Amino acid sequence: MSGPATRLILAGAERAPSRRELTPAAWADLPGALRQEAELELLALWAGIGAVHAAFRPAGGGALLLASTAAEESYPALSPARPAAAWFERAIADLWGLRAEGGVDGRPWLDHGRWGFTAPLSGRAVAQASEPPQPEFLPAEGEGVHQIPVGPIHAGVIEPGHFRFHVQGETIVRLETRLGYAHKGTLGLMRGKSPRAAARLAARLSGDSTVAHAWAFARAAEAALGVAVPPRATLLRGLMAELERVANHLSDWGFICNDAAFAWPHARCGALREVVLRANEAAFGHRLLMDRVVPGGVSIDIASSGMAAIREALALVAAEMPALRRVTEDHASLQDRLAGTGALRPAWAALFAAGGFVGRASGRDFDARRDLPYAPYDALPFAVPLLQAGDVEARLTIRMEELAQSLALAAALLDRLEPGETLVSLPIRGGEGLGVVEGFRGEVLCWMALAEDGLIRGAFLRDPSWLQWPLLEVAVEDNIVADFPLCNKSFNCSYSGVDL
Amino acid sequence: MLWPSLARGLFRRPLTEPSTPPPPTTVAALAERLEAAAQARLGRSLAIRHVDSGSCNGCELEVNALSGVVYDLERFGLRFVASPRHADVLLVTGPACHNMTEAVQRAFLCTPDPKWVVAVGDCALDGGVFRDSYAVAGGVERVLPVDLVIPGCPPSPTMLLEGLLSLLAVQEEGAAEDPPPPAAAGG
Repeated sequence: MSGPATRLILAGAERAPSRRELTPAAWADLPGALRQEAELELLALWAGIGAVHAAFRPAGGGALLLASTAAEESYPALSPARPAAAWFERAIADLWGLRAEGGVDGRPWLDHGRWGFTAPLSGRAVAQASEPPQPEFLPAEGEGVHQIPVGPIHAGVIEPGHFRFHVQGETIVRLETRLGYAHKGTLGLMRGKSPRAAARLAARLSGDSTVAHAWAFARAAEAALGVAVPPRATLLRGLMAELERVANHLSDWGFICNDAAFAWPHARCGALREVVLRANEAAFGHRLLMDRVVPGGVSIDIASSGMAAIREALALVAAEMPALRRVTEDHASLQDRLAGTGALRPAWAALFAAGGFVGRASGRDFDARRDLPYAPYDALPFAVPLLQAGDVEARLTIRMEELAQSLALAAALLDRLEPGETLVSLPIRGGEGLGVVEGFRGEVLCWMALAEDGLIRGAFLRDPSWLQWPLLEVAVEDNIVADFPLCNKSFNCSYSGVDL
Repeated sequence: MLWPSLARGLFRRPLTEPSTPPPPTTVAALAERLEAAAQARLGRSLAIRHVDSGSCNGCELEVNALSGVVYDLERFGLRFVASPRHADVLLVTGPACHNMTEAVQRAFLCTPDPKWVVAVGDCALDGGVFRDSYAVAGGVERVLPVDLVIPGCPPSPTMLLEGLLSLLAVQEEGAAEDPPPPAAAGG
């Protein structure tokens, strides 16, 4: 039984597998229909030259729904019905020069007025020589409210971004995040390149999720070209993705404790993470596994000594985890900082379709490995943890649970490795495809359109952080400023992944 | 319980690993870039301020690893500080993104003399895979005077350590009048 928005989309002309093109009039009806079908989740909104695309996830599961409409200068905004659309609409205006009519937020986003021209991806960029404008922030009013500006350069070794706090006493009244500082023009650089060449850019969209992004990118290219990946390559991809998850969850675990001034788990997790990264180096020749997943398979087979190195690393982490978890959960002074802090209500997580530990700690039961199944996970048993509390503690607990699952998954993937091909060549032709992969932060989505000469006509990579950053703003409300680092670390959103 | 773990830690061998000495050519090149007076003032301890000029976050992961127990940067007198005003070294990662130019240059102006700029990673070297973008000026050298480049995508903590240790080793070397082009660590 589908709702009015799903019916509206399905009534559109089928342009590519599961992508429907809506007439401008039908798209204009979409916000109203979406309001009546709250369970249809918006996962992404992006543009190409002369068109706007949206990806939705139906409530009952199953494949994602893509909807498009032609747009020359503007298109009806979806943000009145789906607040998560606002950041996408601002990015579309900045990069493709398409205005969202009736959008809830028309302020610039990625464009800080420093590129020398506007709308770089529109094909009709206009030179702009004026002084960069001062950013505008949403107001907060009340007695004693003052502002704390932070960034773009932060006190720690982290990515650039600006946080504007409105505070009353010590309490955060409003937080607004201003990003775009790390905008590298990645989508523009991908255009006109072959999927193999552009994979290096996908691998550098967000360095900590390099496997996830490269894999989603590869899956989109393979879907566009109808290429089947050899089984051994699929198993190796899964292995690398789980190793990436293990390394990142360990790192976050340590950093969350460290931000509550409890340094011991940070030291231990850091040492364990180093063991995993060295195993990566031994097995695949790169500590972070960059450029290992490429369209058509994997660029390097596992080294003969690599299997033992990975098994040893997994065993070391598995052996120390129970004690580390006991310390983390038994320490009253740590629990005092984590429990109840930065609570995100399940209704918000559902509204923004938040993925990963942010969503699963706030009751959104979704994991792309299980719910949009893809090889090798379709043949492997694993559990997806779910909590309702939505606080820093819950997000950490989800990570600890997932870590245990990933250790087992990685070992199972190693066991299943059989000799075989690891890379196939790609045909040169046109096509369009979508790839979704569960990264450590949540599901990574990639859409790609190839021209007839096999080169990229347009691509979009959606990091899970697009839907998580706005929720961080919500979660820190009414918390004290001193707890912000803790909340921020528990979300650990990507800056570069969103800045593109 | 934490206490048994801490007690075990007392009797265990430290996880920290010995470091490799920096390459003499890098040290010599850096020494030429630094005046004798500056060497005397900096001494054998350097405060490092990390500035991300728009990286993918890969370099940050490896820079962060330096502070961990395995590499333990602080045993060499090198430490990360929270403000450029406290720093002797700006450690810059990422390509020179236009959206970060003003912030990066202001951080440089805030850093007291004598100071060094270390460009970390292939992007900081020449813009890396992003060098042809409308949003990127190129390597960090386009917006700041760079003294040392540590290449790699990302450079491993071992390479980072080697590069930073050459800054310390320089303090004991001679000096020249004119600064030559930036030194490259790790070949």
